[in-house]
Amino acid sequence: MTAAVIIDTGDFAHSSEKPHLWQQTVAMSKRSVIAIVRQPALVIPSLVFPLFFAALGSSSFSRATSLPGFPKVDSFLALSLAASVLQGVLFGSVNGGAALAVDIETGFFDRLLASPTSRVSILVGRLAGSAIFGAAQAVFFTLVMIGFGVNVRAGFGGVLIIALAGGLIGLSIGGFMAAMALRTGSAEAVQGIFPLLFISMFFSSAFFPRETMQGVYRSIANVNPMSHLYEGMRDLVISGWSIAAVAKALLIPVAIGFVSIPLALVALRGKLRAL
Amino acid sequence: MSASILSTAPATRTSSTRAASGLMLRGLRAITRLPSAFFPAILMPIFQSVAFSGTFFAITKVPGFPTDRSINWFMPLGVLMGSAFSGVGLGFSLIRDLETGFFDRLRMSPAPRNSLILGPMFTAWFRTIIVVMVVAATGFMLGAHLTGGVLGIIVLFVAALGIATIATGWGIGLAYVFKDMRGAAIMQLGLFMSMFLSTAQAPLGVMTGWLHTVASYNPVTNILRLARQGFLNKTVDGHSIGGTVTWANTWGGLLAIVVVSAIMLAFARRGLNSLDK
Repeated sequence: MTAAVIIDTGDFAHSSEKPHLWQQTVAMSKRSVIAIVRQPALVIPSLVFPLFFAALGSSSFSRATSLPGFPKVDSFLALSLAASVLQGVLFGSVNGGAALAVDIETGFFDRLLASPTSRVSILVGRLAGSAIFGAAQAVFFTLVMIGFGVNVRAGFGGVLIIALAGGLIGLSIGGFMAAMALRTGSAEAVQGIFPLLFISMFFSSAFFPRETMQGVYRSIANVNPMSHLYEGMRDLVISGWSIAAVAKALLIPVAIGFVSIPLALVALRGKLRAL
Repeated sequence: MSASILSTAPATRTSSTRAASGLMLRGLRAITRLPSAFFPAILMPIFQSVAFSGTFFAITKVPGFPTDRSINWFMPLGVLMGSAFSGVGLGFSLIRDLETGFFDRLRMSPAPRNSLILGPMFTAWFRTIIVVMVVAATGFMLGAHLTGGVLGIIVLFVAALGIATIATGWGIGLAYVFKDMRGAAIMQLGLFMSMFLSTAQAPLGVMTGWLHTVASYNPVTNILRLARQGFLNKTVDGHSIGGTVTWANTWGGLLAIVVVSAIMLAFARRGLNSLDK
């Protein structure tokens, strides 16, 4: 099934000529997205759970928005939009990494290596799949929340930045997940990373503003990049356009990607050497 | 593992208590033999207590919030969550037994059918006692303040054992219905939803909207009220003083435990009967 997708996507189906790197990458990306979409058991929780938490928070904490230190917001739901994007994309990235591990476990990865496919396109295609899915999740959450009355003050441009940020988060966190998948070859090990990501979210300002926290907890949230990433997206929703908000929303995932993607490439090289 | 159970079963039909005790011992041995299956039930509520207390610290400043310490509010939630997962974990173990065929051997043994439900329930109770002690100790280290005295601890244990019983019935009932790991996701999801669609995060007086209505009718709200009452403050003339355990905060939780446990254990028994058919 997957092989058919790769063959059908290019003009090189019956050609003896080796396809271009970009064609291979597009084909691998397409396969990656299809692999995610074909697993509703993985996709649905990554869409439903963040919305469930947003709905819970909206009812439980709406009266907290009048407390000192809380940013001025129309509703708690407006604060939850960025947190939902972050949660959903993290969850989706883990699934993308797990799918790569499943390819390794089932031997499909070896078949790809045996084919004349570029090694890098295997990895880049997988990461591109996570990025596309991440952007789609961000758009989905934004549209749902707009449906429930959230006003994105940065307008259509703000929605685009949030979607782009979702894609970049998917790409950068997907890099860590791919590195883990390539090193361990175990979907279970990749899934085991999710609690760590979830913890890193809780030790940030994703669920409640840093200004309302105290002590060590606040210190951790201050240095946690998740806090600043979240606040960038949040400010686009509740305050409107600002260079600082756009920079936080886009540059932090890019910076994370500068660490995670080389890690994944090193893991890929290690995997190829081991063969 | 199975040998110990077989050795407790004489040729004649054994009593429910004896067979259940054998199954309970087997369940307890699994803690050391498969720690990865039990430790999440301890680590998760500790993490939850710490994370929620830190993240939602400011919620205690909302007028009407019944305590000024967030750990006092979220530690009992962590205890109940860990206890519930201790119970539902027995459902996972049962699925493993069903898949490996070990459960068929149990069914062929002369053990009374009730013991196949009572055994996991006793195991869940033991595990719950460990969870309550570890999570409460962690909570006290993080500054939890017991305002209700010894009675506050007793009602916390009662609520934890109650929710563990409910979760055990739910877990093993679903295991009998699904007979494979498909049931595991529903076990966790059902538990998670019922816990969070209650006063898990905020008291009824602070909530607004749809959740207020849902939480008002959710029996878990009563069980949480039972568990938390020894950790809440009582305000007199604007001054916060120690709270007390009252019958008004107790009976609803006890009733919820009895009624929902009976329903869940009946669900488990029905699942077992249908398996026999």
